[in-house]
Amino acid sequence: MKLFEYMGKSIFSTYGIKVPAGKMVTNPDDAAKAAQEVGGPVVVKSQILTGKRGKGGGIKFADNPEEARQAASDILSMTVQGHKVERILVEEKLQIDKELYLAITVDGAAKKPVIIASAQGGMDIEEVPDDYIVKQHVDVSLGVYPYLGQEISRRLGLAGQISKEFKQLLILLYKIFREKDAELVEINPLVISGDRLIAADSKMTIDDDALFRQKDIPYVEERTSIEKQAHDLGLAFVELGGNIAVMANGAGMSMGSLDTLVHYGGQPANFLDAGGGTGMEGTAKAIELLLQTNPKVIFINIFGGITRCDDVANALVQVKKTRGIPVPVVIRLVGTNEEEGVKILQENGMNAYKVMQEAAAKAVEIANAG
Amino acid sequence: MAIIINENTNVIVQGITGKQGRFHTRQMLAYGTKIVGGVSPGKGGQEVEGIPVYDTVYEAMENERVDASVLFIPAPFAKDAAFENITAGVKVLVIVTEHIPVHDEMEIIDLARKKGTTVVGPNTFGIVSSGKCKIGIPPNQFFVEGPIGVVARSGTLTYEIVANLTANGFGQSTVVGLGGDRVVGLSFVDVLEKFEKDPETKAVVLVGEIGGNAEEEASLYIKKMTKPVVAYIAGKSAPPGKRMGHAGAIIERGKGTFGAKVEALQSAGASVATLPFEVPELLRNALK
Repeated sequence: MKLFEYMGKSIFSTYGIKVPAGKMVTNPDDAAKAAQEVGGPVVVKSQILTGKRGKGGGIKFADNPEEARQAASDILSMTVQGHKVERILVEEKLQIDKELYLAITVDGAAKKPVIIASAQGGMDIEEVPDDYIVKQHVDVSLGVYPYLGQEISRRLGLAGQISKEFKQLLILLYKIFREKDAELVEINPLVISGDRLIAADSKMTIDDDALFRQKDIPYVEERTSIEKQAHDLGLAFVELGGNIAVMANGAGMSMGSLDTLVHYGGQPANFLDAGGGTGMEGTAKAIELLLQTNPKVIFINIFGGITRCDDVANALVQVKKTRGIPVPVVIRLVGTNEEEGVKILQENGMNAYKVMQEAAAKAVEIANAG
Repeated sequence: MAIIINENTNVIVQGITGKQGRFHTRQMLAYGTKIVGGVSPGKGGQEVEGIPVYDTVYEAMENERVDASVLFIPAPFAKDAAFENITAGVKVLVIVTEHIPVHDEMEIIDLARKKGTTVVGPNTFGIVSSGKCKIGIPPNQFFVEGPIGVVARSGTLTYEIVANLTANGFGQSTVVGLGGDRVVGLSFVDVLEKFEKDPETKAVVLVGEIGGNAEEEASLYIKKMTKPVVAYIAGKSAPPGKRMGHAGAIIERGKGTFGAKVEALQSAGASVATLPFEVPELLRNALK
């Protein structure tokens, strides 16, 4: 789950990382008030979940409250990279001596957290040459001690008071990374302003799987309504816009199903991983969800492992009996309790394929038949 | 031979008294896996499918020789259970549980490395040395003994591919599920190295997916292998920026794309299938 900049900065501030004085507002009047409170020139920043706001006009400068009101009004009418702007952050304009980059994220290959830092901040880190990037893995059983900050500070060429501030900031940022179950904490730019080090931006992603123990972080919604319903059911769902609704169990199997449908000339309506061990009730709800994409055909591809074919069959029968299924369903059903599952389907007037490509070809044929 | 586990591997099941633990204990026993005990705090002294239940892993190890353990434990408690196994000295730990927080996963893998425990998963179907030992949740009937090593990131798709292999007369030495999460215990390279050394394995099937750079890293090793490798990468039709179920299966900033992975694998000498059911034929050609 991605956090808005103002949320990340509020967490930074709670932990003692310096951020610019400012306030999140949702209308031009409050923006003017916030500029008044901050005093002096301000920055008005759209709060959206994608980067590169500056290039899209989502960041404006204002010298006084009246200009801040106008800037806020402009930004609130914008759609930046497909995201409607609903919130803005009004902040003091910093005196910038130098911009650094600092992030901590999960390195899947090394199976460890990695600190990424650069003395060339302000731009997309992907555009910074490797020679100017410092990478340092963290031993999770040790964490970050001052020596590590000192070393990274040395490699960045920092000195004096700024080096001291950097060491302290890195320890705090790692603390946030751990305690908030973050997958990413990024400060770009990290601004050197006189002898202060200030987080001028914040990007944070919280691990979805850890939200159960991060109850004090407000939920940030980034999904379509169907995707949200799916998530609430514990299913992974992505809308794709075609006319063949797809349900498979397992993420890889779901992707393999999509690839196969596309190969035969079909257009999948969605990706839906019904997950491992989803019971009868979950399966029934998943099918109802698929119907919301208004498909011409439903393609169900189940290879039972932890999922049991009889559960899937019973769920299908239940949905068919209780609400009806208005479009054809092509089912491929093999694996755990396959015989029981196929028997249940047959007793209720449905058939199942054994071979995936035959079932996929059939689904495409129905979808493309005018 | 086979890798990591074989017909002599003694296994304990953590969470044996839960619904999944119980069901899959029965399935594993039916496959011939030597399950010597179960662990379920507060339920020591009971039996499940004739298998003795212990309160702790330590207690199980006082009573049995334990070579491997499999976890059917809910995500919030998985770290504790994994730590118990690793510190008790279990050498192979299979973590089936999905949705474990990534910080917990990093801690589990870190401790396992320091103590010399091999972790299969998390979020894996497990590992099967076909005809000898199955630890995890795959359906039994498709896994038959033979010369093909299989290593995969995803679960059900692997059953699909293994079933196709079996139907085409290709049995398997060992089938390893690395797990679908961003941080898992084994890499493709770890497993490829073992297959390269295993005399029983004549060729390897690698089942990957979009996102991350695990397949690209695997390619660097495949270049050095003497045994043929056939790969299938899922997600050719996946849109960028969307997480396709697995935490790692997402194309970000143009990285981890289908095209890049296929190119890396092919330039390393692997044959790449575009669709899952093309694997057996490519394998037949590779073994000629």
